[in-house]
Order: sequence, then C-alpha cells, then structure tokens
Amino acid sequence: MIKTNDLILRTTTTLIAFILFGFSVYLFFAGHNKPGGGFIGGLMTSAAIVLMYMAYGMESVAKIIPINFRVVIPIGLLIAVGTGVGSFIFGQPFLSQTFAYFQLPILGKTELATALLFDLGVYLTVIGVTMTIILTIAQDRKDETA
Amino acid sequence: MSNLAILPILIPLLAGMWLAFIAKKLPLARGSAKLLSILNLAVAIYIFFHVQQNGTLILEMGAWKAPFGIIIVGDLLAVTLVLTTNLVAIAAAFFAPKSLSDKQEGFYFYAFFFWLISGVSGAFLTGDLFNLFVFFEVLLMASYALIVLGGGKAQLRESIKYLLLNLFSSMLFVTAIAFIYAVVGTVNMAQIAERVQEVEQQGILTTIAVLLFFVFATKAAVFPLYYWLPNSYSVPNPVVSALFGALLTKVGIYSILRVFTLIFTHEPGLTHNLFLWLAGLTMIFGVIGALSTHNVKLIVAYNIIPAVGFMLMGIGIFTETAISGTVYYLVHDMIIKGALFLLVGALAHLAGTSDLRKMGGMIHHYPFLGWMFFLASLVLAGIPPFSGFIGKLLLLQGGLAEEEVIIVIVTLVTSLLILFSMIRIFIGAFWGEKNEEITVNKRAADGYVWPIAGLLALSVTLGVGAEWFYPAIQSIAEYLMAPELYIDSVLKE
Repeated sequence: MIKTNDLILRTTTTLIAFILFGFSVYLFFAGHNKPGGGFIGGLMTSAAIVLMYMAYGMESVAKIIPINFRVVIPIGLLIAVGTGVGSFIFGQPFLSQTFAYFQLPILGKTELATALLFDLGVYLTVIGVTMTIILTIAQDRKDETA
Repeated sequence: MSNLAILPILIPLLAGMWLAFIAKKLPLARGSAKLLSILNLAVAIYIFFHVQQNGTLILEMGAWKAPFGIIIVGDLLAVTLVLTTNLVAIAAAFFAPKSLSDKQEGFYFYAFFFWLISGVSGAFLTGDLFNLFVFFEVLLMASYALIVLGGGKAQLRESIKYLLLNLFSSMLFVTAIAFIYAVVGTVNMAQIAERVQEVEQQGILTTIAVLLFFVFATKAAVFPLYYWLPNSYSVPNPVVSALFGALLTKVGIYSILRVFTLIFTHEPGLTHNLFLWLAGLTMIFGVIGALSTHNVKLIVAYNIIPAVGFMLMGIGIFTETAISGTVYYLVHDMIIKGALFLLVGALAHLAGTSDLRKMGGMIHHYPFLGWMFFLASLVLAGIPPFSGFIGKLLLLQGGLAEEEVIIVIVTLVTSLLILFSMIRIFIGAFWGEKNEEITVNKRAADGYVWPIAGLLALSVTLGVGAEWFYPAIQSIAEYLMAPELYIDSVLKE
C-alpha cells in the first residue's frame, strides 16, 4: 500500500483535537443552564476521537484510548438512570433534581447540580453509541466473518 | 405521588443494562434474566392489587406538576396490561435459552429483551402523548435489534421493510402530536381530553384524530396497513416472534383504545364508524391470509390480524359491554399469541421445516405438544368455555345491542375460519402415519413444553375462571367510558 502524505492532517489534528476536547468539556459543564449539555458535549468528544482515528489509524488510537466503547453505553445509561433512582432514597418522585452552591478551592463559589450527573450519563452514552456505530462501519471490511 | 408507578418501566430498564454488561457470560445472563423477570412480575402483581384497592397511581416525574411535567398514570387498564406483558415475558425468558443459539444469546438478546419490556410497559403507563411516542421509540429500537438477531437473509430483508415502515409512522406520529399541540396547546392526555371536550371536537380535531388513528393502526396492523406484519413477524426466532406477536400490535390497539375513549369521543358517527368498517375488513383479509399459506409460522402471524379486527370492533361499537369485550380480548390475545408463536416455533424446529405439506405424524413423537396445540387452537378460535369465547361473546352482545348485525356476522364467520386455519395445522402436522425418519429430540421438546404449558394454563384459567376476572374487566370498561375519572385523577388531586 502506498503511504499517503498526511503530514498536514496529523499536525493540525494534534491541535484541533485538543481544542475539540476542551470545548466539549466546556459544553458539558454549561449544559443544564446554558446552551450545551451531555448530548452535544458527547458528540463533540466523539468527533475529536474520530478525527484522531482518521489521522493516526485504528491501531495507534486503540492503544492511546484502550476503551471498549460498547461497555461505555450501559455505564452511561446506568449513571443517568441511577441519578433518577437516587431520588427514591430521599422520598422524592423519580428524576427529581436539586442543586446547591459550594465553596470549592481554586474555583471559588460553584454551583453543583444533580442534573450534571444525569448529563454525565448522557455524555458517556452518546460517546459509546457514536463510537460503536462509526467503528463498526469502519471495521466492516476487515472481519466479515464476525 | 408514588414512585411505585415507575417500577415496571425502571426494573426492566436497569435489568437490560445489567445484562448488557454480562452479555457474554451466558450462564450468568440466563440466570439473571429469569430471576429479574420473576422479580418484575412480582412487582407488577403487587402494583395490580395496590391499584385495585387504592385507585389510580399517579407519578409526577421530577416533581413537575401535572399539565406541565411528564406524568405516569397507573390506572387499572394500564396495570392489567403491564401484568399480562410480564406474564408473557416470563415465558419468553424461560423459552429463550432453549430456542436461541449461544451466539444469538451472546449478542445482547437479554438486554434488548428487557428494554422491549420496558418500552411496552412505558407505553401502557404514560399519561403524556409525546411520552407515548418516546416509549414507542424505545420499544421499536429494541425490536429492530431483536428482529435482525441471527442475521439471516430473510430477516435482513424483512427488517428493512419493518424499519422503514415504522420510521414513517413515527414521523407521522410526531407530526400529529405537533398538530394537537398547535390546536390545544398541551400534550398531557388528560388536559387534551379536557380541552377537546370544551371546544366540542371541531373539524380540525377530528382530522387530527383520524391522522393519529392511522399512526396507531400501522403499529396495530389494521386493514389496509397490515401488509408488513406477517412476513416480518414470522422470520425471526420463535421467542422474538412471540414477543412481537403478543406485545407490539397490542400497544397499537391500546393506544387506539386510550385515545378514542379518553380524548376523541365526541364525533363517534365519524371516527368510530370508520373503525367498524376497518375492523370488518381487517378480520376478513387477515383470515384469508391465514388460509392462503402452508407456512405454519405465517399462518399464526396472519392470525394476529383478525384478532386486531375483533378488538377494533369493540372500540368502534363504543358501548360499555363492547369495550369490556375489547379489554378482555386484549388480555386473552396477548397470552394466547405468545403461547401460539412459541408452539409453532417449537413445532417447526422439531419437524425441521415450517412447510405444512412436509410435516406429518408429529403426535406420535410429541403427544403433549400436539394436544397443547389443539387446546391452543380452540382457545384462539373462541370455543366455549375458553377465554376467546368470553371476549367475543361480550363483543357480539355489544354489537347486537347496537344493531350492528353485519359486523356480528363477519365476526362469527371469521371465528369459524380461524378455527379452520388452526385445525389445518393440527391435522397436517400432527395427524398421519408415524414418520420413522424424523430424529426424535425428546430433550428439546421437554425444554420447549413448560413455558408454553404455563401460558396455556393461564389462558385456560382466564376462560374457565371468567367469573373471577370479569368484575375487574367490567370496572375497567366502566372507567374507560367515563373519561372524567381519568382527567380528575390526573389534574385535580
């Protein structure tokens, strides 16, 4: 196979993937009050990962991020539903949410909301689903028997 | 407020996640699937008795008040259907290890199985029209995964059709909900009902009602929208067919029942008369389909369609007797369709073919299976004293009281033809000379028999013990005919 010249792609990916990851984290935390959230944050993270896959190839990225994305889906679902079930303990209706302000070091006065935990579940589920779909299509030709 | 109402949705949802983690560890997955389905059934039984004694359960999710937030309404109809769903599910959970290959089981069968149950229970319990759409999607997602399980050529062909059709009807569903929201400004079913009543269901609302009916009719396989059903229900594994045949079309019928007894009840001359016509045509064309083929799986799949016609007929007649007939038939049909699909699945596997002309003499090898099939045929066709008869009797009483003679005659003829189509399988597959060439697999047959026998015993009890069940069914029908009860329980706590 002829080696393709992807120097530009690789160089920019190091930069762009970093920015994408950063922005997706920002979107994730902005989620429950401002535009953003677990869904869009998860999509953006998966976009960054896909970009890395395109630039560096399957094997090397699988080494960098040794995660089975299929397992990420039920973990994410479990966290999301778990925050709903959590309200049972406090005698509240399913999916109740609450928030409070805490004095944290470095960050100062910070709002911590249970909605964020729910969003974390959504975030992980979205990454898991997107990556599973894309990787399954990408691997299509390699192992037709599987 | 009571979190009890969400449990039938939540337990299978969590069970599905647990089983997605351990999908490849088959012995553990099988054990947990059985255990969790028993747990879920126990909870459903508890909720059923709780609702029967204390009245409708309402849960306002996230503590958002009724017309604004999403609510779960566990009324007697919903919890009865949830209970029946779980009875079918338990039989499927015990049948699955016998019928699926290890590879199929390992491919997240149990996870999707529980997610399907979760979606079906959610569709029964929700009190919000948009949420109904969401739960339709949940159960459809799971059903897409289940229908391709195994990945045979025929399965892929049918699943493409199934997927496209459901995608289309889902789009139509969202559009119809958007129309409703534009007209009455809410998606809470109780509040829609209240507002539709206030404006006396003017022309535009009746149009939307018919649009919604077509969405549900596609899911429920009403004439002329049933053509997708027989093939796509007969190609997957028997367990999957049983779940689909027992549960999915019934969700469509339940939605019609709910929407057209609660919300759109003010123009029965238009909407409910349409149902009567379509019910009659559904019965005739469905049963003709069942007579047209020699494939045993296809015969049973076609028999779903006339049953849908019977239930739709009750909604069309729209009196208390007829509605109670529909509810009775709904419960009866969920159980017997589950049993029948498992039965023909077992039969086709043991005979090595699903072509009726190549079978014969099976009763010499598998007498118990044969007589169970005979019994199931009688139950399905509605021979007294079995449960199909009670349901049909109520429907016919309702029809005669309203002097809808033609539909009554169609019903009777259809029942006769259903019996004929079923007995044709019994004669073709079980009668005849003993075929020594068949390799008898007693162990497989014994594994198949018990889940089916359980369902069949339930079905027989439902008919013979009609005296015990009828009061509950009758109170459901009374409740459905008085929509203010539903509205009050949701909006005026």
